[in-house]
Amino acid sequence: MAATPKEPVNFTGAGRLNAPISGVLTWVDQRFPLMSLWREHLSQYYAPKNFNFWYFFGSLAMLILVIQIVTGIFLVMHYKPSAAEAFASVEYIMRDVPGGWFIRYMHSTGASAFFIVVYLHMFRGLLYGSYRQPRELIWIFGMLIYLSLMAEAFFGYLLPWGQMSFWGAQVIINLFDALPLIGPDLSTWIRGDFVISDATLNRFFAFHVIALPLVLLGLVAAHIMALHEVGSNNPDGVEIKKHKDAQGHPLDGIPFHPYYTVKDIVGVVVFLFLFFLVAFFMPEMGGYFLEYNNFIPADSLKTPPHIAPVWYFTPYYSILRAITEDFMLVLAAGVAAYVCLIWLTVRNMSVKFLASAIGLVLIVLMIGGPLALEAKVWGVAAMGAATLIFFLLPWLDRSPVKSIRYKGSLFKTALTIFVIVFLVLGYYGTQTVTPAGTLISQIGTLIYFAFFLLMPWYSVMDKTKPEPDRVTM
Amino acid sequence: MSEKGTDQGKRQFLVAATTVAGGVAAGAVAVPFVASMLPSERAKAAGAPVEVDLAGIAPGERKTVEWQGKPVWVVRRTKEMLDTVRGNDGNVADPDSKKKMQPAYATNEFRAIKDEYLVVVGICTHLGCSPVEKFAKQAEAFDPNWQGGFYCPCHGSLFDLAGRVFKNKPAPDNLVVPPYKYLSDTRLLIGDDSKGA
Repeated sequence: MAATPKEPVNFTGAGRLNAPISGVLTWVDQRFPLMSLWREHLSQYYAPKNFNFWYFFGSLAMLILVIQIVTGIFLVMHYKPSAAEAFASVEYIMRDVPGGWFIRYMHSTGASAFFIVVYLHMFRGLLYGSYRQPRELIWIFGMLIYLSLMAEAFFGYLLPWGQMSFWGAQVIINLFDALPLIGPDLSTWIRGDFVISDATLNRFFAFHVIALPLVLLGLVAAHIMALHEVGSNNPDGVEIKKHKDAQGHPLDGIPFHPYYTVKDIVGVVVFLFLFFLVAFFMPEMGGYFLEYNNFIPADSLKTPPHIAPVWYFTPYYSILRAITEDFMLVLAAGVAAYVCLIWLTVRNMSVKFLASAIGLVLIVLMIGGPLALEAKVWGVAAMGAATLIFFLLPWLDRSPVKSIRYKGSLFKTALTIFVIVFLVLGYYGTQTVTPAGTLISQIGTLIYFAFFLLMPWYSVMDKTKPEPDRVTM
Repeated sequence: MSEKGTDQGKRQFLVAATTVAGGVAAGAVAVPFVASMLPSERAKAAGAPVEVDLAGIAPGERKTVEWQGKPVWVVRRTKEMLDTVRGNDGNVADPDSKKKMQPAYATNEFRAIKDEYLVVVGICTHLGCSPVEKFAKQAEAFDPNWQGGFYCPCHGSLFDLAGRVFKNKPAPDNLVVPPYKYLSDTRLLIGDDSKGA
């Protein structure tokens, strides 16, 4: 049965070649939704015209994903995923494979660049309220990408089989040991052995090169499909779809292609300039991108004198270390205070009772003598909660406006403090434990959670400015 | 199609039955995949006991041997080191070794068969790093009044010279004492404490 014939595709970009190219495109388009995909996602995807600097990072993240996949494929051609050969095969890539050092430094620099770009991309969302209704699912897909990326980075970090690879994996897998009842069996199952060994390396290789890249690609597709369904937010946080022209296109929108493809090329050039500056001249980045101890082969009998995760995990690592036995009382007091706040300000009785019940259970599990869980369990729980709490942002922010431009000083102050705390926690996560560092991390941990958990209150109390009707430039 | 139209009840039943049957099959087929990630027979068979010669250890020194892929420390404690263990009773979380982190024969004041030799698995009970020895009595960044023991570089847990964890540190438990026995006065067997031949 013949499909309804589509309009011929008119290609107008290549001079004398137009006719044959149009012929081929028409042939393909009649058998595949080529032109409708092109129009939906590029030439007729209307994006707000007031995108600024902060809107580079989504497309840059996709560029890095491509860099990581391509360099990864070429690294796998020479890398040996076995405990006996892994470390030497990485050195072989660095020394003997033609161009191997370049491919590997692109991959290692790409890992850190990925997190820099993703953190900036997430911060953009915080600035302009990009997670707010109707973009909750975009945010959730984005957070799933972030979590998958952390897993991808973690699995990949074991592969060079250096000292930091080995002991980093040892620490993170032992986190699962803390879970009540199933913990020890679960961590043995993840390792495939009673210690980190060849079996662990082999399976991490499988996760790193195939399982998680597939998950990431799927999530990126979902993230973009959800974005193109509802349309992009913008620095003013107002909906451009409210005002449309006679053709039904948003008045404040411009087609993504050619306007933003061209703009993004500028961003790509600047990014690649910086990227290769690092890849060529400072691939170790002073021990932050490639840790010095990882140039020593894994030794299961000796932990390096100072171990810390790579920089992008350190804020969470600080939170993990901040939870000590004597801090449990403070945590329990914090939970109690939060329940009191809900009692005093929320009208809904079922919310009050639910909050009290949850609070009571938490307090008993924190300081309830024989019923209390170890501080170690709470450290792991706090670290997990610190990453997962981002998921709740769309429902925690109850400000009448989306963008920071129209929010008041309360929210601006809270966001500034949060960013400072995130950086401070990140810094202390790279340092050895000292009493002062632990105290600062503990205060930081409380502020970190307060930023999220108190948001339903301060975002409402905040004195906001009225949003404009149309975007401003 | 029958003249009566669609039998919705039958359709719902068939959808439910197919879903359940498919779900059970998918669950069953997942079992070997999940099981394949458990330690293999080869991994389970590894970990034979290891012998340690005590003759080479000077007083106040530590020897590290590998057992089941983990570091096991044998520390020859001096009289003075044992005294610091006594002095720590008030500072450690589990002074009497009430938690089962050691075999019954090492559930005593110094957590050892013979006071002189401490035998512990050198893996921190917090997140599995291997603590470093800080045997010297001197002011340290983590404790200005340090009496000597072990310091975990990962998260700052401290252990005394009997492997007992100090209070308010991330590690919840004392270091594990593995099963071991003396073959003679100068030979230890780690990983096997069976009596007789």
